[in-house]
Amino acid sequence: MTFLGMPLLPSKRRSDLPGGQGNIIEAGTFPEVSHEHLSNQQLRNNIGHATSTIRSKRADVVSELDDWEALRDAGETTKNEVMENLPEYLAQFEEAFTAAGGIIHWARDADEANAIVTELVEDNAPVLETGRREVIKVKSMATQEIGLNEHLEAEGIDAFETDLAELIVQLGEDKPSHILVPAIHRNRDEIREIFMDKMPDAGELTNEPAVLAEAARRHLRHKFLTTKVAISGANFGIAETGTLGVVESEGNGRMCLTLPETLITVMGIEKLLPRFADLEVFLQLLPRSSTGERMNPYTSFWTGKSEGDGPQNVHLVLLDNGRTRALADEHGRTALNCIRCSACMNVCPVYERTGGHAYGSTYPGPIGAILSPLLTGVEEQGNGSLPYASSLCGACYDVCPVKINIPEILVHLRGEDVKANHSPVSSQLDTALTGASWMMGDGKRMAAAEKGLPLAHKVTGGEQINALPGIAGAWTSSRDIPALPEKSFRQLWAEEDADDRDEEGQR
Amino acid sequence: MRIALFATCIVDAMYPEVAQATVSILRRLGHEVIFPEGQSCCGQMHINSGKFAQAEPVIANHVRAFTSTEWDVAVAPSASCVASLGHQQPMVAARMGNDALASAAAEVAGRTYELTQFLTDVQGVTDAAADLGSYFPHRVTYHPSCHGMRLLRLGDRQSSLVRSVEDIDFVELPLADSCCGFGGTFSVKNPEVSSAMLADKVRTIQATEADVCTGGDASCLLHIGGGMSRFDRTGHFDGAPDVTTVHVKETSPTDERGHSTETLTTVVGADDDDHLTAGRRGTSPAEPSRTQSGFRVGQAAVHLARILASTKEDPLRAPSEGAEVSGGSLR
Repeated sequence: MTFLGMPLLPSKRRSDLPGGQGNIIEAGTFPEVSHEHLSNQQLRNNIGHATSTIRSKRADVVSELDDWEALRDAGETTKNEVMENLPEYLAQFEEAFTAAGGIIHWARDADEANAIVTELVEDNAPVLETGRREVIKVKSMATQEIGLNEHLEAEGIDAFETDLAELIVQLGEDKPSHILVPAIHRNRDEIREIFMDKMPDAGELTNEPAVLAEAARRHLRHKFLTTKVAISGANFGIAETGTLGVVESEGNGRMCLTLPETLITVMGIEKLLPRFADLEVFLQLLPRSSTGERMNPYTSFWTGKSEGDGPQNVHLVLLDNGRTRALADEHGRTALNCIRCSACMNVCPVYERTGGHAYGSTYPGPIGAILSPLLTGVEEQGNGSLPYASSLCGACYDVCPVKINIPEILVHLRGEDVKANHSPVSSQLDTALTGASWMMGDGKRMAAAEKGLPLAHKVTGGEQINALPGIAGAWTSSRDIPALPEKSFRQLWAEEDADDRDEEGQR
Repeated sequence: MRIALFATCIVDAMYPEVAQATVSILRRLGHEVIFPEGQSCCGQMHINSGKFAQAEPVIANHVRAFTSTEWDVAVAPSASCVASLGHQQPMVAARMGNDALASAAAEVAGRTYELTQFLTDVQGVTDAAADLGSYFPHRVTYHPSCHGMRLLRLGDRQSSLVRSVEDIDFVELPLADSCCGFGGTFSVKNPEVSSAMLADKVRTIQATEADVCTGGDASCLLHIGGGMSRFDRTGHFDGAPDVTTVHVKETSPTDERGHSTETLTTVVGADDDDHLTAGRRGTSPAEPSRTQSGFRVGQAAVHLARILASTKEDPLRAPSEGAEVSGGSLR
């Protein structure tokens, strides 16, 4: 039995639970970090084009299904069931996975997970002539989250990303900006340049997608056939059977999952589904929400090891890294239901303008704005500013395949940020809101304030307002304000009432 | 019916004419309108800023104001504020441990309607020209507010009523369901992102060549109008990045397979909006361009209550007829 198997929820305060670490932390505040990305025209063009394309593909394949809303309900119900019984399902999964010949490792945080994987690689991957070891990788969010590649590199292990977009990011010495399309911020001219620069054998390339894909294929094939250890993530873990699953588009994942001798998977503890039959729902929800496809091209499942077929040394690192903390937040825990489809970022008007790097985390966009602070706590560096990176337009909630009410959790986390990080007067806006609360807490005070309108109207000359000082200047940086009315509706109504009484009196 | 008007704070203090128009529409249908005096605000500004403790007295004030007099239904010219009453007030009151306030707030919210919700669902009004005498012979485009679309699920209630106004020239807004970038305090906490969203909204409105952009939320219209005014005056948004990308996807009704097709994608920079030609399909021919040095002049934002209240006898004047436009809002 493990420390993670213990029910933690009511007995512990959230702040007592360890927060996550790794690539889930915004270094500055969102307005600061997004500033540079906003003025990058190439980035906004690339992202605007890509998200609008995926968005419409998704809308088309979703509208084909009469029972889409029922599928969403089923997805939500199943994931809620998992979270309510996570300790039991984890224990069940561990038993089944172990019985099938797999080996489970439990990692409290990013450091522990990285150390476990490093040791496994050192035990199973030979040192090459270069003096270094090599592993191949299936695209994985969990290993991005813990910064595994960087950790391995420092330990003398080169990790080769085999997903085309991850390869582009890795070769470009860049960071992913989208969970499904990590190189969404790059266009094909930029990709061609990266390949020409970083693949010496590639020769002359055009910017045709087919040519670029072929170059990547040649670059990778040799690695598939010679590398002894592969590292993957997992989309699903089935508690009932101990089965792991990866869905992908390119088939490179399947090469990694089947060719090497050793397979190490890193999976967040929240990725479980109770039963194999639940995949019926999730394999409809995920591809349609994610790539806008009815079904993704490659879906691979493995249950421990199979004699004479595939890797014979099969490991799974189960990662907490703040998930238990998120689970303990009764108003935020449904964020753990996320199946990493990325539909929310494809419809998000904020993400569309800033790109994924602005969120400082492996998880960008609306889900990142709630998941990162839930994993670390709002006290962690700039993560308290992430829940404000939304106009609360609600487009994310509408497309979420497991119905995570992202806007509601954003508002909840703003409340957490206020509790943890604000005094009533920590900014001009805070001060203004404190005053507004006093005024609007009583209609009489509001009426008294509105009595100042005739004077304010006079002082401003009845003109529109084009510039204001202080925090209000953030508004007038790009917006004019209409001239103040001479009287509020409340005053006009009272005058009309008085007139009516006069008329009645005269009759 | 005895109808309690919930004016909302922004209409009360900034757009009294919108509340007057709402009263006019309700009286036209034969209702008695009262104005609960103690009312101020729904509390959304504080709630969405995470200030639940400061929101509580504002919620309590709303509940006090609307439970101290008798009325059958309450009506507000705002989807966002009505949504806040039902979706947020009970939740915040409960979070503050005030269950009595939570249930009282839910009771008030349960009898409060957004204006077009009331007109359509309660009154069965589907033809504004016939039922309200609405008349507005101008080119109008319509921005659906996010909270109307996604919290109240208004669907086409607002746009249908506006379309049914006599002699109106209704033109679809491209990418209408994109947020305008207001988002309450989002607009001052993340002013650059907000401005970038606003810039795209203003460009799509300009492309419709409409005289006015209407909608059901004064707050969004204050924002949109403020952006239009700034752009009309200066040709740019100082606080916004000087890059604007507008991707326009239209559904082609002639596509045999019934699939939507991407018929037009336009990318414009701040200085070449002449290239933006979206949103012109299926509308009446464009009027002669009233463009000055590259920028449309005279567009304004106006709440749909004022268009519905406009009649032949007492018409709302358009900017082209010399109506006063202030900060992008039609006065």
